[in-house]
Amino acid sequence: MSGLRSTGAGAARGVTAMSDRPADVRIRDFGEVDIGLSTDEAINEAARCLQCKRPLCVRGCPVGIDIPAFIREVAEGNFPAAARALKEQNMLPAICGRVCPQETQCEGVCILGNRDAPIRIGAIERFVADWERANGPDLPEVAKPTGRRVAVVGSGPAGLTAAAELARAGHAVTIFESLHEAGGVLTYGIPAFRLPKDVVKAEIDQVLALGARLKKNHVVGRSIGVDELLSYDAVFLATGAGLPAFMGIPGENLNGVYSANEFLTRVNLMHAEAFPEFDTPVLHAARVAVIGGGNVAMDAARVARRLGAKVFLIYRRGEEEMPARRAEVVHAKEEGIEFYTCANPVRILGDQHVTGIECVKMALCGIDASGRRSPKPIEGSEFTLDVDMVIQAIGTSPNPLLVSLIPGLERGRKGNVIVDENGRTSIPHVYAAGDIVTGAATVIEAMGSAKRAAAAIDAMLKGE
Amino acid sequence: MYKIEKATKLADRVYEFWIRAPHVAQHARAGQFLILRLHEAGERIPLTISAVREDAVRVIFMTVGKTTEELATLRAGDRITDVVGPLGKPSEIANYGTCCVIGGGVGIASTPPIAKELKDAGNHVIGIIGARSADLLILEDEMREICDELYITTDDGSKGVHGFASDVLKKLLEERTLDRVWIIGPAIMMKVTSGVTVPYNVKTYVSLNPIMVDGTGMCGSCRVTVGGETKFACVDGPEFDAHQVDFNELMQRQRIYTAQEKVSLERFAEHRCRCGEGGHRHE
Repeated sequence: MSGLRSTGAGAARGVTAMSDRPADVRIRDFGEVDIGLSTDEAINEAARCLQCKRPLCVRGCPVGIDIPAFIREVAEGNFPAAARALKEQNMLPAICGRVCPQETQCEGVCILGNRDAPIRIGAIERFVADWERANGPDLPEVAKPTGRRVAVVGSGPAGLTAAAELARAGHAVTIFESLHEAGGVLTYGIPAFRLPKDVVKAEIDQVLALGARLKKNHVVGRSIGVDELLSYDAVFLATGAGLPAFMGIPGENLNGVYSANEFLTRVNLMHAEAFPEFDTPVLHAARVAVIGGGNVAMDAARVARRLGAKVFLIYRRGEEEMPARRAEVVHAKEEGIEFYTCANPVRILGDQHVTGIECVKMALCGIDASGRRSPKPIEGSEFTLDVDMVIQAIGTSPNPLLVSLIPGLERGRKGNVIVDENGRTSIPHVYAAGDIVTGAATVIEAMGSAKRAAAAIDAMLKGE
Repeated sequence: MYKIEKATKLADRVYEFWIRAPHVAQHARAGQFLILRLHEAGERIPLTISAVREDAVRVIFMTVGKTTEELATLRAGDRITDVVGPLGKPSEIANYGTCCVIGGGVGIASTPPIAKELKDAGNHVIGIIGARSADLLILEDEMREICDELYITTDDGSKGVHGFASDVLKKLLEERTLDRVWIIGPAIMMKVTSGVTVPYNVKTYVSLNPIMVDGTGMCGSCRVTVGGETKFACVDGPEFDAHQVDFNELMQRQRIYTAQEKVSLERFAEHRCRCGEGGHRHE
C-alpha cells in the first residue's frame, strides 16, 4: 500500500503537487522554501475532502480545529469564513500550517490517506492564514473585562496561545518576555526559510490586538520579583526548554563550537547572516559538522549551508530513527547536506580553533527505553572529518532560572515543572504548559497543552 | 525605548551613562549586569550595573569596538532600543571580616556596588583601584567614600603606587589576614592578580567577561570552565571562584570574533567620517 501514498501516485488523482523552490536556488537566500498553494490549488485540494461525519483529522489535531468546516469554506471559495472557523480553535494558523508535523497528526489519520494521499490540511490552513494576513485580519470577539489579572511568562507558542485564549475571555493579560522580540522558538529558533519572521510578527500582533500586553526585556525572577509575579490572580509559566545540552567531550570549548541555540539565535534573531549591516557576527566556515538528528539539527545544518558551508550531519542512530520531520530530512538532503548516520563524536580537534572532529561508528542494538534501537560504539572504527565549525544540536532542557526561584513549585528530575492534566502546578494559582512541562517537544503540542491550561485558568478565575 | 538621562566622559575612551530602566534599577544587586541593544540592527552587549539611582542605572564603558563607539556618540535625551536586566547572580555578600575589592581599568566600574554592600554587611573594606595612568583612573572619590582604606596603583607611576594592584594585594596579604577578595578587570589582570591569593588560601572571586548573546542561559556563548566543569557565566556567574577558573580558555574564547569586530568597527568609523563627527544616529 505504501506506493499508493506517494506524491506521485497521488498527483495522478488530483492531489496538488508540492510547492518547494528548487534546492540550488533556495540555498542562496533565507527566503521560504515552500511557496504555498495558489488560490486554485487550495480550492481544488479542499474539494477532495470527503467531509467525514466523524472526522478523524479533528481528533488528530492537538488544538482540535474543526478541520472539515474550514476546508468546506475553502472549497467554496469563502476564505473569510474559513479564517473565522480556523481561529475559533487556533490563533496561530499561519505558523501551525507551516511547522506542525501534520503527517503524524491531522493528515496522518485522514481517511484519504488509506486510498491515495491525505488532504494537505497544513497547506490549506497556511493558505487561509496567508490570505487573511494579505487581506486584513478579522479579530475574534473579546469578552467583557473581568478585572482579573493574569501573568504569562514567556512569549513562545504556549505563552501566546494562553495569552490569546485568556485575553479573549476578558482577563487582563500581561506577557513577560526576556528577549527583545516575542515568539520564543518561533523567532530565535526556526529559520526564516521554514517560518518567515513577518508571518510570526503578524500572528503575534493579532494576539496583542486582543488586548494582551507584552513586556519585552523582562526576565521574570530578575526584572520582576517572584512575589510580584505571584501577586497576579493567575500565573502561567511557559518558559520553554531553552537550556542547551553539550556532549561533554574534549574540545567542546574550542573557538568554532556552537550550541544550535547560539548559532540559530545569532542568525534568526540577530540577523548575523547580514553582518556587517547588522552588528552581530557569526563565524563563517568552509566545512561544518552538525551533531544531532532532530528538527533543530536540520535547521542548523541548512542555515550553515546558506552561509556557504559544506555541511556534514552526524547522527548516532540510523536515518529511520531521526526525530526530525521527514520533509526536513528530505529538504536537507536536497540542499546537499551530507549525512553520517550511526556515528558519534568522541572529541573535537584543534588548538584554539576547531580543525576536525573525531567520530566513532555505532552499531544499532536492542530496543531501548525510548522504543528505538540503542546505539553502541564499534571499537576501532574511529574516523576524522576535517571541519572548521561544530554545531551541537543534541537537545535542550527546561531553563532552571525562574522555576528554581519559586518556592514550593514541584519539579521533576530534569527540571521540568510537574502539572496535572489541566496544567495546574503544586501552587494553586500557578499553571504551566509547553516545553517547561514536557521538555523539548513540538510547537503544536505546546499550544495544545496551553489551551487546556488556559481553559482551567479561566474556569478558576470565574470561580467555576 | 530607554532614555539616556546623563552621559559624561570620564577619561580617554571611558564614558559614564545613566539610563532610565526602572525594571532593572528596582531589582539590581551588586555583581549583576544588564544587556543593551542600541537599535534594530544592533548587537546585544553586556555591561555591569555600576550604580542605581531611583529608576535609573549607571553603566561605565570603554570604547573598544563598534557598539561601544556608537554608544559613545549618544547624548542625554537619546534613547536605546533595549535594556534587559538585572542579569547574573548577585555577589555573595556576608559579614566575612576583612574584604578586599580590586578593580582594574574600566573594571573599577564594578567595584562600588560590591564594596558598598560588603560595607553595609559589616565588613572592613579595603579597595584597590588600578589603571595604566592617573588620567585613566575612575571613581576614586566614590570608592574613597565607601571603603575603609583605598589604595591606588598606576602602571606608569603617575599616581599612587607605581605598579599593579597585585603588588599591593601581595603586600596586604603579607601583613594581615584577608577573608575574601574580589577582582574585576581584564581577564589577564584577573588571572595574574588572583594568583597572588592562592598560597594564602583566601577565597577570591572574579567577575568573568566572556562573549554573551542572550544573557539568560539559552545559548552557552558565555560558557567557561570552572573547576573542570562547564558553566554559563550569564546565569551561573558572572562571579566565580578565581582559583577554579580556566583563564586561558576564557581569553581564547574572547578572541572568537576578532576579525569580524575589526570589519564592523572600520565600517562604522568610515561611515562616521562621511556623516561628520558625532552625526551617526539611528532613530
